[in-house]
Amino acid sequence: MGHLLELAGVTVRFGGVVAVSDLDLHVDKGEIFSLIGPNGAGKTTVFNIVTGVYEAAQGSVTLSGRSLRGRRPHQVTRLGVARTFQNLRLFGNMSALENVMVGADARHRTGIPGAILGLPTHRAEETSGRETARELLALVGIAELAEDAASNLSYGDQRRLEIARALATEPRLLLLDEPTAGMNPPEKSALQGLVRSIRDRGVTVLLIEHDMSVVMTISDRVAVLDFGRKIAEGQPADVRTDPAVITAYLGAPTDAA
Amino acid sequence: MRVLKRSAASPPEGPAGPDQAGTDREGRLERARSRVGSVKGKLARRRAAAVAWRARLPDLTGPVARAWHRLPRWSQWLVRLGIIVLAVLAPADWVGQIMAPASDWKTLLFYPIGIFVLLAVGLNVVVGQAGILDLGYVAFFAIGGYTMALLGVNVGLDFWIILPTAVALCAVSGLVLGTPALRLRGDYLAIVTLGFGEIIRISATNASWTGGPRGIAGIPHPPDIGNLNAFTYGVLDPTPYYYLVLALIVVVIFVARRLERSRVGRAWAAIREDEDAAALMGVPTFRFKLWAFAIGGSIGGGAGVMFSAKNIAITPDNFPLLLSILVLSAVVLGGSGNLPGVILGAFLVAWLPERFRGLADYRVLIFGAALVIMMIFRPEGLLPSRRRRSSLRTGTGAGAAPTAVVEQEEKT
Repeated sequence: MGHLLELAGVTVRFGGVVAVSDLDLHVDKGEIFSLIGPNGAGKTTVFNIVTGVYEAAQGSVTLSGRSLRGRRPHQVTRLGVARTFQNLRLFGNMSALENVMVGADARHRTGIPGAILGLPTHRAEETSGRETARELLALVGIAELAEDAASNLSYGDQRRLEIARALATEPRLLLLDEPTAGMNPPEKSALQGLVRSIRDRGVTVLLIEHDMSVVMTISDRVAVLDFGRKIAEGQPADVRTDPAVITAYLGAPTDAA
Repeated sequence: MRVLKRSAASPPEGPAGPDQAGTDREGRLERARSRVGSVKGKLARRRAAAVAWRARLPDLTGPVARAWHRLPRWSQWLVRLGIIVLAVLAPADWVGQIMAPASDWKTLLFYPIGIFVLLAVGLNVVVGQAGILDLGYVAFFAIGGYTMALLGVNVGLDFWIILPTAVALCAVSGLVLGTPALRLRGDYLAIVTLGFGEIIRISATNASWTGGPRGIAGIPHPPDIGNLNAFTYGVLDPTPYYYLVLALIVVVIFVARRLERSRVGRAWAAIREDEDAAALMGVPTFRFKLWAFAIGGSIGGGAGVMFSAKNIAITPDNFPLLLSILVLSAVVLGGSGNLPGVILGAFLVAWLPERFRGLADYRVLIFGAALVIMMIFRPEGLLPSRRRRSSLRTGTGAGAAPTAVVEQEEKT
């Protein structure tokens, strides 16, 4: 069986700096896969390559065997990859519901004539988009905030809204960039439940996370990046005790340097 | 893209075991939050001061909008119909006595008032909805005007054939200009559009087939419809032209509203808010920006045809940069993104200088001062759009401030 997402020999450079170097990575369908590593290790860069924000200098990126290289972000989204952002990127002045409806519109076809003439397909899409959006807001637990401006939501709720918006694009693969950042412990555990229920809906999850307790409990597999290279991969428990990982986080002992 | 980029050279985190990484991060977040707190405090104080000033201008839009949405559908239509009836009754002599004692009110109703409203509704699609700053909108007005003049004089076509032709031509011009220009953003895009406005005017001045600086004369009027005075397009009575432009305004408002409340309008709003995030949510941003540009352009072209058909003669001087600026200030003054606001803004920008014609040259000075005062005390416009209002009342939004600070934290 092929992998859902596969990166092979991916290298990204910013000028002279190699952000990601010869990275091989694969995510299987139905997994919760975590990407961890110190700051600046290249985790978000990996997200940006997969979603078409950057193009890799070398290597291949495929989703179910179809190459994602050279595709523009909206095309990647339509192929079934959605993401959230480390630094929230909501449409702040639009209501929570509208934010999610923008996501749902990724699957809609209404153009200018359809909208002006109020064609039946347009009306059907509006209705179904609104329903989907309400369902997803309920799923992430902020149904009662649907009419509020996104920027007026609390930090944790904004993170939830980003997840709802991403899910509205009907992804096969969901990329979560530090979903628990800035959350308190009860919010964190609620979010873990949410991530699991998203996986149970058939969406594969690839997440970047700094909170090790979250990573260790929800991940099926973990990969560790350091300076753009993958230094470990495997079950959470194995990765945790891997000497290379400990070195990366603690720094090398002086006698070995 | 800047926000998406990480700082490539940032060193790995200081000594912290895998287990401590989380707590260390907590610490950093805590520090970030306290900083956000102090920034927020400052913002809140400044905001409170601003709100205290603004309180003197009653904010009716909120309650009015809520009342409006509570009305049943049929009464909403009744109100709309009432407004149209008022507009139809506007060219009465006694209204003119009050509104413009020093000039011919009926002429003003067509130009500048009617044309400005049409242009502002068109520019609002580009600036208010899609968030594309267009400083050369007059270019489309000019293309429409010259299309009417050239096809009317040289080919002898009828107004009703030229109108859709010019609208289509302006949509195509929008696509042609937009294809290279809309790859740029912000200031750069504004400069390119500014250039486009000037290119059209200067080309019209220098080309021989556009009549050069003397322009084109003998432009035919629209053909009469029946024998009614209101539909007889002569030289003396401006009222029929006013009705024509009014009809076009109604059609254009209908179209703009339909677009605003659809996938298209949401995509535009998303692009205006955060173009990169919109693309990552599946919005084909370039295509939608191009559409906004083309639709805005074709509305401007329609206005140009109207203008030309009434004026008999046009010259390049009818299409100065100042016109772009005035229409843009109408959009911003009225409340960018909110149609009733934009229409009110256009009406005021067109009417106020004429109303105070008695003050001679001082009227422009007063008008300028009024614009400045408006922007200080009510930056969101007279009738702000719901979306904009929320953002200006609460600073840049609860999310934006902490995000910016956390991001800086991340990069140090």
